[in-house]
Amino acid sequence: MRENRREAVGLLLPGLVLLAILFYLPQLLMLSVSLGRRTAYGGVERGFSLANYLRALDPLYLAILGRSVLLAAATTLLCLAVGYPVAYWLARRAPRRWRNALLTLVILPFWTSFLIRMYAWIVLLRSEGVVNLALGALGLPQAELLYNDFAVLLGQLYGELPFMIIPLYVSLEKLEESLLEAAADLGADARRRFTSVIVPQTLPGIAAGCVLVFIPSLGAYLAPDLLGGGKTAYIGNLIQGQFAVARDMPFGAALSFVLSLAVLGLLVAFRRPLAKARAL
Amino acid sequence: MKGALSIRGVSKRYGDTLAVRDVSLEVEPGQFVTLLGPSGCGKTTLLRLVAGFEQPDAGRVWLSGQDVTSLPAHKRPVNTVFQQYALFPHRTVFGNVAFGLEVRGVAKPEIQERVEAALELVRLSGLGARGIGEISGGQKQRVALARALVLEPEVLLLDEPMAALDPKLRQKMQVELKNLQERLGISFLFVTHDQDEALVMADRIAVMSHGRIEQLDGPEELYEKPRTRFVADFLGVANLFRGTVEALRDGIARVRTDSGLALDAAQDGGYRTGEAVWVGVRSERISLSERSSNLLEGTIDDEIFLGDWTDWRVRVGATILSVGEGNVLARARRRGDVVTLSFPPEAVLRLEDQELEA
Repeated sequence: MRENRREAVGLLLPGLVLLAILFYLPQLLMLSVSLGRRTAYGGVERGFSLANYLRALDPLYLAILGRSVLLAAATTLLCLAVGYPVAYWLARRAPRRWRNALLTLVILPFWTSFLIRMYAWIVLLRSEGVVNLALGALGLPQAELLYNDFAVLLGQLYGELPFMIIPLYVSLEKLEESLLEAAADLGADARRRFTSVIVPQTLPGIAAGCVLVFIPSLGAYLAPDLLGGGKTAYIGNLIQGQFAVARDMPFGAALSFVLSLAVLGLLVAFRRPLAKARAL
Repeated sequence: MKGALSIRGVSKRYGDTLAVRDVSLEVEPGQFVTLLGPSGCGKTTLLRLVAGFEQPDAGRVWLSGQDVTSLPAHKRPVNTVFQQYALFPHRTVFGNVAFGLEVRGVAKPEIQERVEAALELVRLSGLGARGIGEISGGQKQRVALARALVLEPEVLLLDEPMAALDPKLRQKMQVELKNLQERLGISFLFVTHDQDEALVMADRIAVMSHGRIEQLDGPEELYEKPRTRFVADFLGVANLFRGTVEALRDGIARVRTDSGLALDAAQDGGYRTGEAVWVGVRSERISLSERSSNLLEGTIDDEIFLGDWTDWRVRVGATILSVGEGNVLARARRRGDVVTLSFPPEAVLRLEDQELEA
């Protein structure tokens, strides 16, 4: 037992020290800031007041939080709808010798900064962008592609898709072909095999992918800012604005904690179905 | 015609290998037919062609008087018991057995009734609520069986269903499965690489090699009269010799093996003087105590103790023969003993071999 404990400490220590310095400590600082008050010149006056939190619960801000949840949910569903067939093909249909190369293609976008990739989308979507020029060349009417919710959702889908595909790929690859043959043997057609075997068997991957996409999407601010033109406020932009523009750090910190609590609440709410999915 | 399976000239190629070569096989309603052969002989491929998991490159598959060759697996009136059972891990025992009925849109009360009847049939009553991870290997096999049988298939396909069981349980399940098959009267097509399993259960056995059926016979005929060298070897005929027919007289053929032994074989083998032949003698047909014909003097070279009997390795000239002797009596023999072997001419089996035809 003692050996095990020593080993556990040895293995965990570096990570724990890093987490403590880079995560827990800043979180504590933020917590203390969130309980303080903004001074006239954007400084922080320490205190112990819940005023910032009460302000965060204002219907105006709750609506923004609600819209963010909606964006995250839409992003997650879109990623699932687009990612599932891709992951299925990669894991079960693509030629085996090409699989690793194809998986690399899925994560290839990560080699470039997200910010730069967002600017690339602007180049594609703007009024005189690549898409509209192509439409014009074909004699088709121009479309307003940039600075609206469509652009935000497109950017989100694009950015988060790999996080959905990878866990789906893992669970689809593990799915045994014999189970599908057994289902066919028992009379299930392709649609039935999908709903009754493939989906239940890949629930862990679906759950993992959804969590990995939903959480970052909830705090997304780059796509809404750059592709949405900041027209629609999401919680991520709101928080960023408090620190960068309004210079109201205490309120920004409070909003961050509200967001964290919302994520935590959703995770707890989905814990039971997730655990059930993982047990399979 | 219900329950009749007819495989007509079926071939299946994977890349460069012909897994199944122009195989024809008839299974009569209610018959238990076993496909027996080593791994890679095409037996599982043949089963999968019947199930509909694979499409043949040539030939047709008929079921109960209907050509099902172009029907997809989910529309064929057959069900399969898979080698590793392929039970759905996300469903309970009950849920697994109910699956096929649910797919067919059977009403809930009837599903309940039929699943319970099927579980009782395989003696798993009361285990319906268990998860698949909570039951033993033997129970899993029964669930797989119940899941297939509940749909009342016209032919049940079984792909090495005993392979994952320990030997004792396997023996028990063999007898149980055979009894069940006789009671239900469903045709069984059973794949195995285990000759004992085939002999215990099957009405007819098709021994397969390199994608072909080498011999199709009842268990006794197959055991007593293997027709080819491959079948004899696979069914445990330990003494196999290549030789030449030297002389024929009084219904006896004198065969001189390449290693120099002179064997007297019963002439029902249709020998002709001067022809090259393969012959085989089962080790248990050779006696160390009686003296009939084919007397050979030799020395015990080695012994393999096998529990209820001993496999003596006896050197006769340049040849080593395998001789089986029961261990009921005290084992008085030992290595180095000089012994006299004897076996009747009927014990010498004439075997076909491709090498001779070529």
